[in-house]
Amino acid sequence: MTPSVHEPNLALHVEDLTVSYGAKPVLWDIDLDIPPGVLAAIVGPNGAGKSTLIKTVLGLIKPAAGHVYIYGQPYEQQRRIVGYVPQRSSVDWDFPTTAIDVVTMGLYGRLGWLRRPGKAEKKLAEEALEQVGMLDFAGRQISQLSGGQQQRVFLARALVQNADIYFMDEPMAGVDATTERAIINLLRRLRDNGKTVIVVHHDLSTVTNYFDWMLFLNVRTIAQGPVKEVYTKDNLRAAYGDMVALLSQNPLEAVQDAPVQDDILS
Amino acid sequence: MLDLQIILVGALVGISSSLLGTFLVLRKSSMLSDAISHSILLGIVLTYMLIRQTSGPFFIVGAALAGVLTVYLTEFLTDTKRVKNDAAIGLVFPALFSIAVILINVFARNVHIDIDAVLFGEIGFIWLDTLSLGGFDIPVSLVTMSIIAAINLAFVLIFYKELKISTFDEALAKALGYKPGLLFYALLTLTSVTAVTAFDAVGAILLIAFIIVPPAAAYLLTDKLWRMMLYGSLISVGSSLLGYYLAIVWDVSIAGMMAVMTGIFLILAFLFSPRYGLIAQELIRRNQRFDNEERALVVHLYNHEESVHRAEENVVGALNEHLRWNREKTQNVLMRSLDERLILREGNTLMLTPKGRIVAQEIMEPWRGNARPDIVS
Amino acid sequence: MDIFALLNDFTIRNVALGAMFLGVSSGVLGSFAVLRKQSLLGDMLSHAALPGIVLGFMVAGTRQLLPLLLGALISGTLAALFMLLLIKRSRLKTDAALGIVLSFFFAIGIVLLTLVQGNPNANQAGLTGFLFGQAASIVPSDLWILAVVTGFALVIVTLLWKEFKVVTFDAQFAHTLGFPTGVLEIALTSMVALAVVIGLQFVGVILMAAMIIAPAVAARQWTERLEIMVLLAALFGALSGVVGAVISALARGLSTGPVIVLCASLIVLISLLFAPNRGLLWAALKQRQHRASLRSQQILTSLYKLGEEHNNPAYLTEQGMMSAYFGADTARVFKRLESRGFISRTVHMPEEGEHWELTPAGRQEAERILQSFEASSENPKLETPGASYA
Repeated sequence: MTPSVHEPNLALHVEDLTVSYGAKPVLWDIDLDIPPGVLAAIVGPNGAGKSTLIKTVLGLIKPAAGHVYIYGQPYEQQRRIVGYVPQRSSVDWDFPTTAIDVVTMGLYGRLGWLRRPGKAEKKLAEEALEQVGMLDFAGRQISQLSGGQQQRVFLARALVQNADIYFMDEPMAGVDATTERAIINLLRRLRDNGKTVIVVHHDLSTVTNYFDWMLFLNVRTIAQGPVKEVYTKDNLRAAYGDMVALLSQNPLEAVQDAPVQDDILS
Repeated sequence: MLDLQIILVGALVGISSSLLGTFLVLRKSSMLSDAISHSILLGIVLTYMLIRQTSGPFFIVGAALAGVLTVYLTEFLTDTKRVKNDAAIGLVFPALFSIAVILINVFARNVHIDIDAVLFGEIGFIWLDTLSLGGFDIPVSLVTMSIIAAINLAFVLIFYKELKISTFDEALAKALGYKPGLLFYALLTLTSVTAVTAFDAVGAILLIAFIIVPPAAAYLLTDKLWRMMLYGSLISVGSSLLGYYLAIVWDVSIAGMMAVMTGIFLILAFLFSPRYGLIAQELIRRNQRFDNEERALVVHLYNHEESVHRAEENVVGALNEHLRWNREKTQNVLMRSLDERLILREGNTLMLTPKGRIVAQEIMEPWRGNARPDIVS
Repeated sequence: MDIFALLNDFTIRNVALGAMFLGVSSGVLGSFAVLRKQSLLGDMLSHAALPGIVLGFMVAGTRQLLPLLLGALISGTLAALFMLLLIKRSRLKTDAALGIVLSFFFAIGIVLLTLVQGNPNANQAGLTGFLFGQAASIVPSDLWILAVVTGFALVIVTLLWKEFKVVTFDAQFAHTLGFPTGVLEIALTSMVALAVVIGLQFVGVILMAAMIIAPAVAARQWTERLEIMVLLAALFGALSGVVGAVISALARGLSTGPVIVLCASLIVLISLLFAPNRGLLWAALKQRQHRASLRSQQILTSLYKLGEEHNNPAYLTEQGMMSAYFGADTARVFKRLESRGFISRTVHMPEEGEHWELTPAGRQEAERILQSFEASSENPKLETPGASYA
């Protein structure tokens, strides 16, 4: 089953990725293959390394071993086709800037040094805001936005990058129901347009509804593949340990009511 | 004899400061000491304007009040949410200090509040102010600093439990009925008092060195609170001693040299601390890297053991490509793993030993409940 | 003294001009420091500059600005790097690292100073000027240097505006865009060092911290756009500098530094209190308005509901009962509702005192309010400005 080393047919190809902080391994020998055009979820308990995985793929963290390919090439050469939505809490929202300004920042990479954003960029930013339903709030100071609105702005910032593959870190955490619906619809539209969307997802109960592909992660890859095949009781137990006791026989059904696993294990 | 007295005063300043500084550092409020030690000038000036004397116990009260005011205003600003905490600190103390200086310019020109002395002090001059005690001439500084040191020590010992919990878990402290806020203000009041008393000797700016640096160095050396205070005090004494002698040898500021020594001790701790030092970290990291590499190798072999392309996978050459290790590194890892008897070589292929397989299984399938042999040390 | 004569005074003009450069550079560069939560960097850098200044003095032989500036810049940058090292490679946190580097470098400076002066008494080593600023000793050639350095800093900020902005707001995202965030962050820190170095002349070591922070904090209260904030910060900084310098020259015997800082602090105070939207007084006023209108709404809808309960839209309510129910004196609210035409006064029975009745307009308003409550629970309401600061 030796894949040819570069795997241009895979949107994301990770091999033997290992990351550790001092003595503690955070990611261990991760092998991950995600085909193009799927809406993929990465789930696992707190401390499982989900955020670290995304950040390592994006070159924000240096791995101890392993390599990452995006559509067959190293990430550094593929920046233009990669979009990123970090966790909402990674930023101070009291920063003096407006929604449209944040979205425009997504275009800075394209502008390169010295050039300023102009009319063309403004138009692109407005279109992106429109896509997330935030055009009316374009001139709004970001500290005056609700959590859901802020999340949408972050999404728009990634959309404006017009990437082929998107990485998102808990985009639906802490948002209201309406926003969550809007976000998942947006992600589905992206997928339907042939993009690959990889999401660190915080809520087990919605994985089967929202995603077609998934990875169970807990420092190591537990299982990955189409959701229908991978979301099984055995895999849940393997990823979450004994805490799975709360789930009934049919995990697909019971999890609708069960509290989110992450909270219990934290 | 004078040597000893100077060193003693320095040590007492150091101990008084670092006992309190321990908690400031742990609470991430180190820079408040910077703020306080500058703004108590306002307390001193206002006290002077009230009582029209240049010395006496009232200054301590004035200083304490100025210290409390500084902290209070800083917290107040922060609570409005319009200003972040670090910015608040940097706004309040310069304003108070400026008011103090202007008051001095306007109302106290003729009086000998020597700002330089307040800010720098010079410990070498403690012999200028002496008392007679039991027939001996003892510098006032020595007496006052001894008292302060005793008070600070008493405070820290009496409230040890409360301070400990308030510092590490403020919510728990509140739940237990302690008043962490009040305790914090008490701590900072004592800091102000220490500062004004120590001004004669080391001045405001060098005081900060004693409050922050020895506890920070101790923080790099230990995890236990009482040890942190102990090491902090020892480092203060050491800095005082060494600082004094070096200053004499090089004919430079004694207080300055003492402060420099605290920094030297910190650098030493930063580099050589057996647990947290840079060198220790590198060693741990290197060993961990070795461990990780060996485990990565073992796990890699395990994963591809059953596969059809086993021969290719397990060939040394494939390791280069898949794990991105260059030739030399691959050889090193192989050597170590062979030494550890995790793998063995058969011609062109590598195979796991039973021991290696156990290690790999333990990593890949921990729910199997295999006890992990401590193989890779 | 005639103000024009004053302005023509050579020294005062120099000092004011120099203080203007100080204000502009601290305002602009301080904005980024404050936004990056590195406000006290200015404090650290100003103290850490001392060894460099002393060495610069030693090298130059006389008190010339350029070698002093260079020395200050070098030792400041070394201090910043040392601080970063402590933070990245040990358990020490930012506040401790700041304090350590600040005091260590400053102490080294003191030792060097006493070494140079051959005098172990730091007091007499001529430090007063450095402590509080020695603005009066500014010469025109100094001004040129300050102008060039300030200009350089402004050019860099203008050229790298979007890079500085994105790195300050979201460094990780900036990294994924391909920007060298490490280098940019070091650049920003060095620029703060430049601003400090310019300002030391005027406000001295101790007070420099304030000049980096105050104009930026003041500016932040007036605007939600970074561009305006930086411009305002430059303006406030320049204002504090010039006004402070002139005042301290007018009133002989006042040190320059403290006066400048007090001007800056005053601007901060005014901004915090009176700025629209974010200002404290503004917010307090708005809150009072909200509370008042809320109470009006409560009472109006209560009258309405009472009418509903008794199946009598013309139900009469006694004011005293309302007061008892709400636990507060409702007289003012009733007056206000009356003046808006929502209720009218009637006499029910002479002995029983005043009663109030809902007018048709009042009924309509009450219904509208109740309906809007239903609607708003569906959609997250747009927050009013300033509400987020509550």
